[in-house]
Amino acid sequence: MHELSITQNILSIVLQQAKAVPANKITKINLTIGELSGIVDECVQLYFDLLSKDTIAAEAELCFHRPPTKVRCRNCATTFSPDNFNWTCPNCREQKIEIVSGRECYVSSIEVD
Amino acid sequence: MEIKILQNILSANDTIARRNQDQLDKHGILAINIMSSPGAGKTSLILQTISRLKPKTRVAVIEGDVASSIDADMIHKQGVLVIQINTEGGCHLDANMTENALNNLPLEEIDLLLIENVGNLICPAEFALGEHKKVMLLSVPEGDDKPHKYPLMFTETDVVLVNKIDLLPYLDFDVSAFDKAVTGLNPRVKILQVSCKTGDGLEPWFSWLEDEIKQMKTAKADR
Repeated sequence: MHELSITQNILSIVLQQAKAVPANKITKINLTIGELSGIVDECVQLYFDLLSKDTIAAEAELCFHRPPTKVRCRNCATTFSPDNFNWTCPNCREQKIEIVSGRECYVSSIEVD
Repeated sequence: MEIKILQNILSANDTIARRNQDQLDKHGILAINIMSSPGAGKTSLILQTISRLKPKTRVAVIEGDVASSIDADMIHKQGVLVIQINTEGGCHLDANMTENALNNLPLEEIDLLLIENVGNLICPAEFALGEHKKVMLLSVPEGDDKPHKYPLMFTETDVVLVNKIDLLPYLDFDVSAFDKAVTGLNPRVKILQVSCKTGDGLEPWFSWLEDEIKQMKTAKADR
């Protein structure tokens, strides 16, 4: 159900932006959603198809860009992509990390006619 | 034609959350967002907190649940203000639901607002409600590997209460491995071991809350 509110927000953002142009039709929506955000693309697509019916965004193509999770070791500053939720630094074996990327959750752009 | 947007998908929620926090600040109310898996002990923690802090502290509760008013009824019996939000299947509370609840509470009569989020370790971490502090409960039967599986929840929180420690002798929960994993993700976090059933270990939690309430009141007086 997480995806329902996410999708409602996506739709309201793109409709508002398209209205400002003004555009007749939204053909493509580029989303940047990091791996860590726990959002399932298929669910967003499903909700989007339902919610966008009767709007100028109906049938727009949703394009998901999924930046991978990257973390930085707070001990030795090595940046790495954790494998299988293993947060141990490959360089110094510490588990002290900060998240560098993977939490992104934004509408990057839209294509309109 | 391509139009650059770069707008956070949750920005509408964040705007309402900031509005909620302004309203809470104005009344000097400390708001705590309590998160955990279902059954980790959120309601028990709230009941313990009410019975210890009342009547010196005026407590109110926003009770988030997928359905039913079982928890809200229990809290209501303690004689505190409680507002039930049923998300009708929704997996988390959001700022809008919280704003509606705030609009139905007598804010001038509250010192501490405990918000019990929907039991879930994923979605609630993403949605700000307007709270001042996030607190999460992890009960020991859930296992010590949870920080690795649900990193955001542990990264976001201010306090982790490790609940049901009365069960430790029967389980393989590795307390030091858990602490290491949590502080690895979140070095500023406060970890407390408690049992909401026996009351063990809860005193530091109450003192932390009382300190935070005091700071809230001082900040209000200084404005």
